[in-house]
Amino acid sequence: MIYVVIAFLWAAILLYILLGGADFGAGIIELFTSNKNKQYTRTTMYQAIGPVWEANHMWLIIAIVVLFVGFPEIYTTVSTHLHIPLVIMLFGIIARGTAFTFRNYDAVVDNMQKVYNKIFVYSSFVTPFFLGVIAASAVSGKIDTNAADFGTAYIFSWLNWFSVTVGFFTVAICGYLAAIFIIGETKDDASRIRFIRKAKQMNVAAGILGALVFWVAHSEGIPLNEWLFDNAVGVIALIAALLSLALLWYLLLKKGKVYIIRVLAGFQVTMILLAITLRHYPNIVVLKGGKYLSLMEHAGQEKTIYSLGMALLLGSVFILPALFYLIYSFQKNKGQWH
Amino acid sequence: MEDFIAARSQMALSLGFHIVFSCIGMVMPFFMAVAHFYWLRTNDVVYRNITKAWSKGVAIFFATGAVSGTVLSFELGLLWPEFMKHAGPIFGMPFSLEGTAFFIEAIALGFFLYGWGRFNRWFHWFTGVVVGVSGLVSGILVVAANAWMNSPAGFDYVNGQYLNIDPIQAMFNDAWFSQALHMCIAAFVATGFAVAGIHALMILKKKNVRFHMQSFRIAAVFACVAALLQPLSGDISAKDVAKRQPAKLAAMEAHFHTEAAASLIVGGIPDSKAKEVKYALKLPGMLSFMVHSDFQTPVTGLDKIPEQDQPPVAITHYAFQIMVGLGVLMLLISLCYFVAILKKKSWLQHSWLLRLFVLATPMGFIAVEAGWTVTEVGRQPWIINGIMRTADAVTPMPGIVYSFYIFTAVYISLSLIVTFLLYRQIKMVDKLYDVSPTA
Repeated sequence: MIYVVIAFLWAAILLYILLGGADFGAGIIELFTSNKNKQYTRTTMYQAIGPVWEANHMWLIIAIVVLFVGFPEIYTTVSTHLHIPLVIMLFGIIARGTAFTFRNYDAVVDNMQKVYNKIFVYSSFVTPFFLGVIAASAVSGKIDTNAADFGTAYIFSWLNWFSVTVGFFTVAICGYLAAIFIIGETKDDASRIRFIRKAKQMNVAAGILGALVFWVAHSEGIPLNEWLFDNAVGVIALIAALLSLALLWYLLLKKGKVYIIRVLAGFQVTMILLAITLRHYPNIVVLKGGKYLSLMEHAGQEKTIYSLGMALLLGSVFILPALFYLIYSFQKNKGQWH
Repeated sequence: MEDFIAARSQMALSLGFHIVFSCIGMVMPFFMAVAHFYWLRTNDVVYRNITKAWSKGVAIFFATGAVSGTVLSFELGLLWPEFMKHAGPIFGMPFSLEGTAFFIEAIALGFFLYGWGRFNRWFHWFTGVVVGVSGLVSGILVVAANAWMNSPAGFDYVNGQYLNIDPIQAMFNDAWFSQALHMCIAAFVATGFAVAGIHALMILKKKNVRFHMQSFRIAAVFACVAALLQPLSGDISAKDVAKRQPAKLAAMEAHFHTEAAASLIVGGIPDSKAKEVKYALKLPGMLSFMVHSDFQTPVTGLDKIPEQDQPPVAITHYAFQIMVGLGVLMLLISLCYFVAILKKKSWLQHSWLLRLFVLATPMGFIAVEAGWTVTEVGRQPWIINGIMRTADAVTPMPGIVYSFYIFTAVYISLSLIVTFLLYRQIKMVDKLYDVSPTA
C-alpha cells in the first residue's frame, strides 16, 4: 500500500505541475504580453481554464494531505524550516485564486478590473516561483535541523542562488506549458502565430534557466550532475525529453496537431520530474550534512498508510471519471483551429 | 504579543475567516437547487434569475473558501508542527476523504457554473445538487477531524508514544456526530438568515420586489427550519460535552463550584479570582437538568479541574452566552415566520416581520463564530484534549507575530473586497437579470 500512496503523491505533484503550471502560466503569459493583446489573451485563457481551474488547485491539496497524513515528519520538517517561502506562496495562492474569480464575477466592469488583473498576473508569477524555491530547497541540502540562529534555520535554508534559479526555471516552465496549451484554444491564425512565438520564447527561457540551474548547482556544491547523469533512468528520461522537444519544435513549425504538441510538452515535464525524483527515491528531502528524509523510513504506521491508500483509491474512482468528463465536455464544445 | 499567542490568533483568524465561506459554500447550493427546481418546473424566469444570481455569489464565496482552506492545510504544519507530526497519521483519515469530497464539489461546480444551456437540464440541475451534497460531506469530515482533538480516539498513548493507530476509529470518535450535526445545522441557520436578511432589506427598499420576495422565501424556510432544530442538537452537544469535557462545560457555564442542583447561569461577568459570577441571572437546578435530565444530580465545576488544565473562563462563557442568546432570538423569529405562513397570512404584508429578518442578517454568523470560539477556547490548554498541550505544539520559529499581522491585513482586505463584490452583485440585479421592478 505504501507504493500506492507514493504513486499518488508523485502523480498529484506531476498533475499540479502540468495542470496547475499551465494555469499559473496563463498569468505569466499575460504578464509578458503587450498591452494591446492582453484582453485577447485573457479571454482565451479564461474560456480554456475557467471550468477546470478550481479542480487544478486540488492536486496541491492532495499532495499536502498525503504528506501530512502519511509522512508527518517530512511535512513538519519542511513546513518548519521553509515557513517563510511557504507563507509567501500561500499569499500568492490566495491573491491569485481570488483575483481570478473576482475579475470574472464582478457585476460592474470598471477600473477594479485593472486591480484584479495586476494582482492576478503578479501572483501568477510569485506563486510558481516560490513553489520552485521550496522544491529546490527541499533537495539542496541547505535545511539545517540543528541550526541555532534564525538566519541559518529559517532564511538561508531557502534563500540561496540554487533555489532562486530553480524558482525562475519553474516560472519559465509554467509559461511554456500555458503557451503550448493556449495554441490549441486560439481561433485565428494571427493569434496562433503569436502564441507559438510565446511558446518558443518561454521554451528558450526555460532552456537558458535550466542551464543556469546546473551552473549554480555546480558552484554551490550541489551534485546535480551526478543526480541526473549517474543512473540510466535519469539519462534516458532526459534524452527522451530532449528528443520530444525537438519533435515539438518541428511540429510547431509544421503546424502539427495541437494535441500531439500538448502531449509532448507534458511528456517533457514528466521526464524532468522523473529524472529529478527517481535518483533520490525513496528519499524526498535532503538535509544538511547528507541526512535524508525518506518516504520509506519516515512513513506513518502501517494502518495509517493502508487507510490513506484506500481513501485515495476510493477517491480516484469518483474523481477521475468526473474530471475527464468535465474536461471532455468543455473541449468538445469548442471549435479547433486546424 | 508573544509568538504562542500570535500563532493561536493567526489560527483563530484563519479558521474564523474560512468558516464563513465554507458555511456559505455548503448551504447555498441547496438554495440554488430549490430555485433551479422551480425554474425547471414552472418556467418562471424569476427563478432562473435567482439561481444565476446566487450562483455568482457561490462562485465568489467558493473560490475564497477554497483558497482559505488551502491555506489552513498548510498552516496546520506551519504553526503546529509538533501537533501534526503526531496527530497527522491519526486524524488524517477525514482529511484524505475530504480531499475527494472537495474535489468532486469543485468538478460539479465547474459543470454547474459553465453548464447553462450545454447539458440536459436535469443533469445540469443534478450537478448543482452534487455541489451541495459534497460540500456538506466535506464539512462533516473536517468537523470530524476537529472532534478528534476534543475527543481523541484511535490510538494508545503510552509513555509519550502514539501506538496502535486506527484512523477509522479516530474518525468516528465520540464527538464527531454531535459536533458535525450542530455545525451543519448552524451553517443552514447562518447562511439562511444572512441571505434572507439581505433579500428582506431589498424588499423593504422596494427594489425588484418579486425577485427578492421569491429569494427571501426559499432562504427563510431553510433558515427557520434549521433554527428550530438547532436547540435539539445543542442539547445533544451540551450533554456530550459534559460527559467528555467537563472542564469545557464548566467554563461555558462559568460553573466554578461543583454542586448538586447546579444553577444555570445566564449572562454575568465571571471573576476567575473570586470564583464567582457577578450580575448573572441564576436558574437553580437548571444546569443539572440540562446536563443530566435531573434537577438534583451534581455537575462538575472548575474546582475539580487542576488550575493548569482550566480553559479561559471569561471568553468561553461570553462566547457561549452570545451563541445561545442569538440562537434564541433566531428561534423566536422563526416561530413568528411559521405562524405567519401557516396561520396569519396577513403578517406577511407587514414590514415588521421583514425588519426582524434584516436585523437578524449577521446573527447566524456571529453565533457560528461564537460557537467556534466556545469549542476551541474551551478545549484549551489542550490541542489534543488531555494528551498534548497547545503550547507544546507550536512552531519553534520566532517572529510569528509579524506573520499574524500580515495574515490579518490580508484577510481584512479580502473580506472588504468580497463585501464590495456582493454589494455590486445585489445593486446590479435589475440590470443583469432583466426583472420588472414590481410584481
